[in-house]
Amino acid sequence: MLIMGCGRVGAHLASLLEADGHEITVLDIDASSFARLPHTFRGNALLGDGTDEDSLKRAGIEEMKAFVALTAADNTNIMAAQIARKVFNVSKVVCRIYDPTREGLYRELGLETICPTALVAEAVRTRL
Amino acid sequence: MYIVIVGAGNVGYHLAKAVLRKGHEVLLIDRDAATLERIEDELGSIGLRGDGCEAGVLEEAGTARADLFVAVTNQDADNLVACQVAKHRFNVPRTVARMSDLKNEPLFKKLGVDITVSSTILILQYIESQTAKPPLLNRLAVLRGSGREIVDVKIPASSAAVGRKIRDISLPQNSLIILLIRQEERIQLPTGTTVLEPGDRVLVVGDRANEEALHQALTGS
Repeated sequence: MLIMGCGRVGAHLASLLEADGHEITVLDIDASSFARLPHTFRGNALLGDGTDEDSLKRAGIEEMKAFVALTAADNTNIMAAQIARKVFNVSKVVCRIYDPTREGLYRELGLETICPTALVAEAVRTRL
Repeated sequence: MYIVIVGAGNVGYHLAKAVLRKGHEVLLIDRDAATLERIEDELGSIGLRGDGCEAGVLEEAGTARADLFVAVTNQDADNLVACQVAKHRFNVPRTVARMSDLKNEPLFKKLGVDITVSSTILILQYIESQTAKPPLLNRLAVLRGSGREIVDVKIPASSAAVGRKIRDISLPQNSLIILLIRQEERIQLPTGTTVLEPGDRVLVVGDRANEEALHQALTGS
């Protein structure tokens, strides 16, 4: 599986998926972000831009079962997720989008999306 | 026309200025208040501060009645998303995205951007046009999918083909002289016994791959 964006969520997800027995490649444009990966991480950490088809190919996207877009920028995630779906035909693509209205649009357009803004708001609401 | 432009950088600013001058109605969206303020001092209140990818901002911009939506920020991803929101949420008839990475062109087209514009591609095409060998023959048409073309050849006085019957000229395989224009005025259908004269102009169908041989057969001495 390929994870784009090695922030807190990306790095944490990488270790969870690895514990589940998956082979993981993490892609980020900032090498220092790989410091977030646990010492036990055995997968690949690659420097590259997930909206660039060549970078995605180098990361082995053609053999990936799943692609997850988790950078801090909604549009980068949206573009990369659409490349994974439409250009490389990755069967499972999940895309994080912070802006709820944008998330709604791309869900309608067929992307599998997660909106942390809506999830957290809902979680807090249920506590009150 | 009502034109919504996202991105008030150099391209957005000059574009807004030019289309205003042509009498169009323009709205320029940018996230940076100071940039917009500077532009509005010069061009009047045409700015809207906000994220051009947000449906709420585009709503406020009246995007639903826009004839043309143009995204010219310096980020390809932002231009793509802005155009997709305009297209799918506001049914803008035509969207234009600026693009820096030329690899993105087929992707943008596939994802619903109507027109992509890239200075990278324009400059590259210019470089290629300067370095490519000029065609030997005046190519009038390319017969798509067949590798054949129709060319227009003027027979110089020095040509070995002058004074010979068409059937005696050894043209490359699959070439056919389909039309003859004599003295730039008399148009005739050539036959095998037609004799070529200096200054004749012939239209020839032939394989593109044989261009050089055809050129040699008709103009070589």
